Amino acid sequence: MPADNLVDIEDLHFTYDGRPVLQGIDMKIPRGKVVAIMGGSGCGKTTLLRCIGGQLKATRGEIRLGEHRISQMGHAELYRVRRKMGMLFQFGALFTDISVFDNVAFPLREHTDLSESMIRDLVLMKLEAVGLRGAHRLMPNELSGGMARRVALARAVALDPLLIMYDEPFTGLDPIALGVIGQLIRKLNDALGATSIMVTHDVQESLLIVDYIYFVAEGRIVAQGTPDEIRASRHPFVHQFVHAEVDGPVRFDYPAPKARDEFLGAARA
Amino acid sequence: MNRSVVDLWVGIFVAIGIAALLFLALKVGNLSTAHLSESYVLTAKFDNIGGLKVRGPVKSAGVVVGRIDDIQFDSKTYEAVVTLKIDQRYRFPKDTFASVYTSGLLGEQYVGLDAGGDEKMLNAGDAIAKTQSAVVLEKMISQFLFNKAAEGQEKQ
Amino acid sequence: MPERIDPLRRLGRGMVNGVWRLGFASRFLFAILMFSGASFRRLHLTLREVFVSGVLSLLIILVSGLFVGLVLGLQGYETLQRYGSTEALGVLVALSLTRELGPVVAALLFASRAGSSVTAEIGLMKATEQLKAMDMMAVNPIARVVAPRFWGGVISMPLLAALFSAMGVLGGWLIGVVFIGVDDGAFWSQMQASVDFRYDVWNGVVKSFVFGVAVSLIAVFEGYDSVPTAEGVSRAITRTVVTSALAILALDFVLTSFMFRGTS
Repeated sequence: MPADNLVDIEDLHFTYDGRPVLQGIDMKIPRGKVVAIMGGSGCGKTTLLRCIGGQLKATRGEIRLGEHRISQMGHAELYRVRRKMGMLFQFGALFTDISVFDNVAFPLREHTDLSESMIRDLVLMKLEAVGLRGAHRLMPNELSGGMARRVALARAVALDPLLIMYDEPFTGLDPIALGVIGQLIRKLNDALGATSIMVTHDVQESLLIVDYIYFVAEGRIVAQGTPDEIRASRHPFVHQFVHAEVDGPVRFDYPAPKARDEFLGAARA
Repeated sequence: MNRSVVDLWVGIFVAIGIAALLFLALKVGNLSTAHLSESYVLTAKFDNIGGLKVRGPVKSAGVVVGRIDDIQFDSKTYEAVVTLKIDQRYRFPKDTFASVYTSGLLGEQYVGLDAGGDEKMLNAGDAIAKTQSAVVLEKMISQFLFNKAAEGQEKQ
Repeated sequence: MPERIDPLRRLGRGMVNGVWRLGFASRFLFAILMFSGASFRRLHLTLREVFVSGVLSLLIILVSGLFVGLVLGLQGYETLQRYGSTEALGVLVALSLTRELGPVVAALLFASRAGSSVTAEIGLMKATEQLKAMDMMAVNPIARVVAPRFWGGVISMPLLAALFSAMGVLGGWLIGVVFIGVDDGAFWSQMQASVDFRYDVWNGVVKSFVFGVAVSLIAVFEGYDSVPTAEGVSRAITRTVVTSALAILALDFVLTSFMFRGTS
C-alpha cells in the first residue's frame, strides 16, 4: 500500500455501556481509493464509521485524517474538519420538510456566502452528476428509495469533500438502483479526487467497485485485501461471507446462556 | 411555503397580538384612565379598616379622587395607617373627614373623604386628623342582640 | 430467578430517572441559550417557527377564547344577578381572563396544538437520522433546528394569550351587553376601574411568557430526547402534552401565589 494515507487508524477501541464494540482496529485508507468495510450486522462497522466522523469518541487509540487528530478534537475544531467530509446515511436522511433542491443547497447555504444564482448552478451541477437535475422541484416524499439515495449523495458531495463516507448505501434497493448507486460511488470518487469509505454487507456489488476491503467481526479486523485477493481467499470467515453460507465462524445464534439453564431456571422460579 | 408569505403572516400575527395587548391595557385595564402620575400623598389613621385593600378607591362625593397606596399597622397606637394617593387636581380642607365605607351591602370597601369648612388646605404628606372606622357587621349584630336582651330584662 | 421488581424499587427507579431527565433538560436549556445566536442572526429561521407555532394556532386560540368568554358571560350573569350587581359582569370576565384563564387555557391549547407538533417534528427528524446528518454536515442541530423552534414558541405564547383574553372579553361583552342587555357603559367602566394594568394585565403577560418558555422547552426536549422509533416518538408526543399541562398548572399556582399575594 502507498504511504500517502488520508485516514490512519491505530489501535482503536470503543466501549459502549461497558460492552466492547471495537477492540483494536488498525486501518489505513489511501488517498483516492474506495475502501469497503464489511462484516455481519452488529459487528461494529457502523460504529467504526461514526468514530471516523467524530460522532463517537474513541475510548482508546487514534484516528488521523491527514494532519488532524479526530479522536482528540473539540467541538468547534471537529466542525471545521467535517466540512471536508461528506456522509451518506443508510436511508439518505434527506430533510423531509424542504425540496430536493434545498436539500442539496443546504450545506452550501450553511457554510458559504455564495450568491443565490451561484448556489443554483452548483446544486443543478451536483444533481446532474447523479442524474436527477429534472427532479429538483420534488419533495423527498415523492422520491423512490434509490432516487432519495442519489439526492443524498449529491448533498454529501455538495461541498466537494476530501472524504466521503457511506453507511450501508445499498440497503433496501432493487438490483438496478443498487448498480446505479455503486457506479455513482466509484464515478464521483474519481471525478472529485476524493477518498471513500463504504460500510456495507453487500459483497458482490462492493467487489465490483472498491479498491480494498476490510472484514470486521466482533470488533476486530479479521481479513483484508483487494477484491481479487478476497475472491480467492481461503480464510473461513471471508469464505462464509462471500458465499453467503449460513453457518461458519459467524454463528447463527445470538450469544445466550445455556438453553438448559435458562429454561429450567425459569421453571424453578 | 414561500418565505415572503411566511413573513407576511407572521407580521399579521404579531400586529394583531400587539393590538390585543393594547386592547387589554387601554380598554380592559386602567392604563388610560387611572393615570395617577400627578398625585400627592395623605395619611389617615383608623381604629379599624375592615376589609380595606391596597389599590382600593378613594372617593369624595362619590367621585374617585385617588387610590389607597399602602396599609400599615402602627404598633404604638394600635391603629391602621392608610396612605392615600390623591390626584393632584383635587385639594381638601384641613378638617376633612376620612371614613371607611362599603359600596352596597356586599360591595368593595373604600375610603370616603368628606370635606369640612376650613380655610387651610391639606398639603402633601399631611395626616388627616378626623377619621371614622369601618362598620364591622359582627359588632353591629352583637350590639343589636345585647340591646334586645337588655330590653327583655327590663320588661320582666 | 426471574427479575421481580417490587413497587418500591420501581418508584425509586422512576424518581432517579425523573431527576436525571430534569438535569438533562436544564443542561439542554443552557445549550439552547448558548446556541441561540443563529436564531436571531438568521431571523427567518425563527420567523418560520413563529408561523408554524403561532399563526397556525391562531384559529383554535381565537375560537376557544370567544367561547370561554361567552360561557363566562353567561355563567357570571346568572350568579351576579342574584346579588343585583350585573354591572360587575365586565370585571368578572376581564379579571378571570387576564389573570388566569387567558394565560393558562391558551398555554394548554398551545401545548397540544403546537408543542406536540414540534415534538413530533424533532422526534421524526431524529428517527430518520436527519439530525445526525445535519451534525455530520457541521451544522449544529441545536442551533439550526431546536433553538428556532424554542424561540418561535416563546415569542408566540404571550401574543396568543393576549389574543385569547381579548377574544374572551369580547365574548363576555357579546353575551352580557348585546344579548342580555347589561348596560354598556357600566360594563366597560367598572371593568376599567377594577382591572389594573400593572397587576392584572401585565402579570398575565408575564405568566404567559413563563408558560411559553416551559412548554417550548418541554416540546423540544421531548423531541430531542425521544427514542428514535415510531413508538418512541408517539410516546414523546404524549409526554409533551401531559408534562406541559402539569407544568403549566403547577407554575400557575406558584406564580399566582407570588403575584397576587395581599392584593384584592
